[in-house]
Amino acid sequence: MIAIENLSKTYGKLTVLKDLTVHFEGGRVVSIIGPNGAGKTTMSKCILGMVLPDSGDIKFNGESVLRKYAYRSQFGYMPQIGRYPENMKIRQVIEMVRDIRKGAASIDEELIGLYGLKDMYDKRMGALSGGTKQKVSAALAFMFDPQVLILDEPTAGLDPISAEILKCKILKEKKKGKLILITSHIMSEVEEVADEVMCLMDGAVKFHETISGIKHHTNEERLSRAIAKIMNEED
Amino acid sequence: MRNLSKFLIVCTAYALVCLLGSPAVFGDTLKVCTTCKYHSVKEAVRQAKAGDIVLVDGGVYKESGIEITQPISLIGRNNPVIDGQNSGQIITIKSSNVKLEGFTVQNVAVSYMRDDAAIRVADRQNIQILNNTVLNTYFGIYLQNADNSVVKGNIVKGENTGKIESSLGNAIHVWRTDGAEISNNRVEGHRDGIYFEYVTNSQVHENISERNNRYGLHFMFSDGNVYTQNIFRENGAGVAVMYTRNIRMEHNTFEDNWGAAAYGLLLKDISQSVILNNTFRRNTTGIYMESSSRLDITSNDFDRNGWAIRLLSSCIQDTFRLNNFTGNSFDVSTNGSPTMNLFEHNYWDKYNGYDLDKDKVGDVPYRPVSLYSMLVERVPPSVMFMRSFMVDLMDSIERVLPSFIPESLVDERPSMKKIDHDSDRKLVQNLR
Amino acid sequence: MNKLIKYVLYDIVRNKIIVAYTLFLLLLSIGLFHLGGSPDKGLLSLLNLVLLTVPLISIVFGTTHFYNSYEFMELLVSQPIKRSKIFLSEYLGVSLSLSVAFGIGVGVPVLLFAPGATGLFLLLTGIFVTFIFVALAFLASVITRDKAKGIGIALLLWFYFALIYDGLVLFVLYSFGDYPLEKATLVLTALNPVDLGRVLVLLNLDVSAMMGYTGALYKSIFGSGWGIAIAFAVMVLWVLLPLLSARRVFQKRDL
Repeated sequence: MIAIENLSKTYGKLTVLKDLTVHFEGGRVVSIIGPNGAGKTTMSKCILGMVLPDSGDIKFNGESVLRKYAYRSQFGYMPQIGRYPENMKIRQVIEMVRDIRKGAASIDEELIGLYGLKDMYDKRMGALSGGTKQKVSAALAFMFDPQVLILDEPTAGLDPISAEILKCKILKEKKKGKLILITSHIMSEVEEVADEVMCLMDGAVKFHETISGIKHHTNEERLSRAIAKIMNEED
Repeated sequence: MRNLSKFLIVCTAYALVCLLGSPAVFGDTLKVCTTCKYHSVKEAVRQAKAGDIVLVDGGVYKESGIEITQPISLIGRNNPVIDGQNSGQIITIKSSNVKLEGFTVQNVAVSYMRDDAAIRVADRQNIQILNNTVLNTYFGIYLQNADNSVVKGNIVKGENTGKIESSLGNAIHVWRTDGAEISNNRVEGHRDGIYFEYVTNSQVHENISERNNRYGLHFMFSDGNVYTQNIFRENGAGVAVMYTRNIRMEHNTFEDNWGAAAYGLLLKDISQSVILNNTFRRNTTGIYMESSSRLDITSNDFDRNGWAIRLLSSCIQDTFRLNNFTGNSFDVSTNGSPTMNLFEHNYWDKYNGYDLDKDKVGDVPYRPVSLYSMLVERVPPSVMFMRSFMVDLMDSIERVLPSFIPESLVDERPSMKKIDHDSDRKLVQNLR
Repeated sequence: MNKLIKYVLYDIVRNKIIVAYTLFLLLLSIGLFHLGGSPDKGLLSLLNLVLLTVPLISIVFGTTHFYNSYEFMELLVSQPIKRSKIFLSEYLGVSLSLSVAFGIGVGVPVLLFAPGATGLFLLLTGIFVTFIFVALAFLASVITRDKAKGIGIALLLWFYFALIYDGLVLFVLYSFGDYPLEKATLVLTALNPVDLGRVLVLLNLDVSAMMGYTGALYKSIFGSGWGIAIAFAVMVLWVLLPLLSARRVFQKRDL
């Protein structure tokens, strides 16, 4: 569904993505892991067109997405720290995005309901707690029934119940054949929802394997250990 | 005093006339009208003897080349019109002691060789030209060598739309004349409104001269004249006076003289003269002074001019006192450093000094020449930066720490309040 | 695009600064008309203040707004909208709201105290200057990510156009005073929108602002329909040049 080919990105002297080539299929939840500064967020932003790569290409269903925008109607994005215009109310943010994505085939308001956002519709974004903002971000990401979801640290800041709701939603959407990319540091969570793990290190793919594959390969029951083992092996 | 002496002269003249030819005093009246004996003004004038009155009734007389050779009165009743139909000069006065009154004289074509006028007086004296209307002529009223003549209450109106200066004559043109009186006339649409050359000891007052292509008033080599209560308005180049001494200009208004080379009053080589109580309003330059010395410029109002005064460095010993300077873009500008000129007790609206001792005189001197005005004088295109913040800043700094502007141009005792000349002026207006 | 502008406008209006700006201009204008005595004098003082404050407020407000709208733009960039659309919406939102503030703050008093062509020119100039300086603000903002640096650049730009430029030009004119500089000055004026606006208003003001041969020459240029049209065309260029270059940078930059 998404093919990244020889993607490179540097910020000044700092190389963030180094000739990255990776491929994701639909109907899967892929967890992107890696140390801080490995290029996880940059890669997601490249896919979304928020960051423009220096070289390489990104294809969505066989077509390059670079310098295009219409493809984003098939994408949902939940940023690591949702930042919104402080003066807008929740209702307005949601309505605005709906306004922008008028062409969407169906509207999925499940998360709005589950998170009880409607009760807070008239609160200013600036007055919301980090967790509530994350709920809004999640609701927006899932709202337009996109084929691809990119979730950057989705559960960070969410209370356990809300995190649970989100996880259920992720699994539910996966079943519809969607591709879900999650960057996360919490291994238990990764284990719970992900099918594959892609590890980025210094801007390149360290490994990209199914969870069962990793466990099998390292002879470890727990994913966190298995990954730690791989990391150590390499050194 | 002068009026009295004039009166005496006139009386004497009349007495002489009485003594010399008694028929002149009890002259006949020759009437001209469609049903009268005379149908033509020309014919009646030809028949008239000294002392006769030719009385012309209303109607249009298509005539030109009327020559008055006897001391007669040619009087129009019910506004007769003499239409020259562009066939040369209309009335030529070739006798002294002629009175011409109450006509509309119109249509004289341009004649570069003869300088045709509607009414011309040549080399005769004591002529009175009163209350006529002169329309669409090359020259209007032309006096040459016509001492002690009076031109009063006439309207001289030319057609100058779309015409260039050289194809226009002057409205009232006076040459080599002593003791003339030009008053209460209204002149417009000519090259110069009132033109004097070698005219001496004459009075010009209460005239209105406007919308002339070149100057509202223009004189040269004309000493000892008095100009009072005239209005010069919207003339192409304002008023220009040159090479003359000993004149008085009082209570005149110079206004709305705008343009590339327009001056409220241009003084070139004028000396020992008085400019008192005049108003200079909305002129490109209020007074432009070149090589002019020993002028007394007092109690004038300079309001909303581009330059109130442009004092060229060739001017010396001029005095500027008790004038009001309000709303001018530049109060005084100069091209160098004129010397020995005195500015005193003027009111400057740009002055921001203080008066601690409350004597109504500012405690700090005012320098009316700004740095920017000197820059504009040197580089004219810099007018484009007028009212730019930088210019204001520059001027303020220069005012505090003068280093470029001439030291000598300074009002050591600026007035704190606007000087009231109005009561004086209102009185004059009431008298009118 | 209209919807986006709507949201940008909403965001700005909620911000009290724009209301304060309107009131500030309103008080200033009414005050100047009362102090000035004649309407022309009021207009002249107003012109000076407008040409000093409007660029300053526009460029500072534009820059801070741009940095403060980073989140908003981030949110939008991940949506299926063209980047240039987002950028232009932000631009129009800011310049329109500032123009409306100017229109109320200065336009209403001008209409009341000094209606006429000159007042209209003053208003048009003010609105153009607003659009130009917001464009410059956006250019400053896309050049650097650092908000402090961006505001610094914006202030420098303002300082340059409001003050330094005129000083430089006057110095050049003084140095080359022996040459005919009429045309050169005309071009130099056009190279600073603040000067262009000032001259446009001054030359159409019925007071003795411009004088002499040169003044008359310029008046004949700027007083004619063609001159005014060209002057406004140059103003439009002054809007488009920084705006389009800022858009170019914005489309290529990372968020």
